[in-house]
Amino acid sequence: MTYLLAFLVGGLLCVAAQAAVDFLRWPPAYVMVLFVVLGAVLGGMGLYEPLVRFAGAGATVPLTGFGYSLVQGVKQEAVRTGWIGIFTGGLTATSMGVTVAVAAASLVALLFPPRD
Amino acid sequence: MKLSPEAAQTYDQKRLAHHPPVPVARHFWRAFWVGGLISTVGQFFLSYFEKKGLMPDQAAIPTAAVLVVLGALLTGLGLYDRIASYGGMGAALPITGFANSMVAPAMEFRRDGWVMGVGARLFQVAGPVFVFGTLASLFVGSLWYLFYGGFTG
Repeated sequence: MTYLLAFLVGGLLCVAAQAAVDFLRWPPAYVMVLFVVLGAVLGGMGLYEPLVRFAGAGATVPLTGFGYSLVQGVKQEAVRTGWIGIFTGGLTATSMGVTVAVAAASLVALLFPPRD
Repeated sequence: MKLSPEAAQTYDQKRLAHHPPVPVARHFWRAFWVGGLISTVGQFFLSYFEKKGLMPDQAAIPTAAVLVVLGALLTGLGLYDRIASYGGMGAALPITGFANSMVAPAMEFRRDGWVMGVGARLFQVAGPVFVFGTLASLFVGSLWYLFYGGFTG
């Protein structure tokens, strides 16, 4: 059941993004930015957390989950350390993903031959 | 030359009329099942990390890292580009697509050197996502702190 919900919600979020590309004719990069901001705004209003509880990875894997993590990190750090957390929390919560992405991208660029 | 709004609109209509119609239903179906499948793979790791004793919010962090590595590897093997051209936003929106958007330019611009090539181009697509995500979290987080943080912190 958990897997089915992850499939459905993750799939539907991607369909929503595809709709923005097909109907609004936005470039994919714009849509990715839109979804991160959307995740942050919904996260700030406390509306994304129920979706994460409901759909698990279906809500955290699409880029809206990245925006949600940023804001969730801000909230947690702000509770712990006060206003300083507004500036430290977002990057703290997402640092593993970004660090791993930089390392993985560099490693792949080193090991795999470029294609043309 | 700057077109008047009316002229720009007729131009836009003419331009779109010559565009091949977008196969919306096919795009949607592909985005749905590709995005859903990647999320399901993510759920597999999320469940694993939760079973290891992490809280759901914490388990999402290593899950994202695993998917980033998978996305990077598939990009290196040349498979993710094929998944992306089939799945559209179903491949671009998940965190694996975020990894792909960093690895692809890293590979492409390696010939420009490690500093000006790989280093400078790594965040070509991920950079805007990162910038606006950070700005949004600052804005939203500040508002949240003003309204709720004062009472709890």
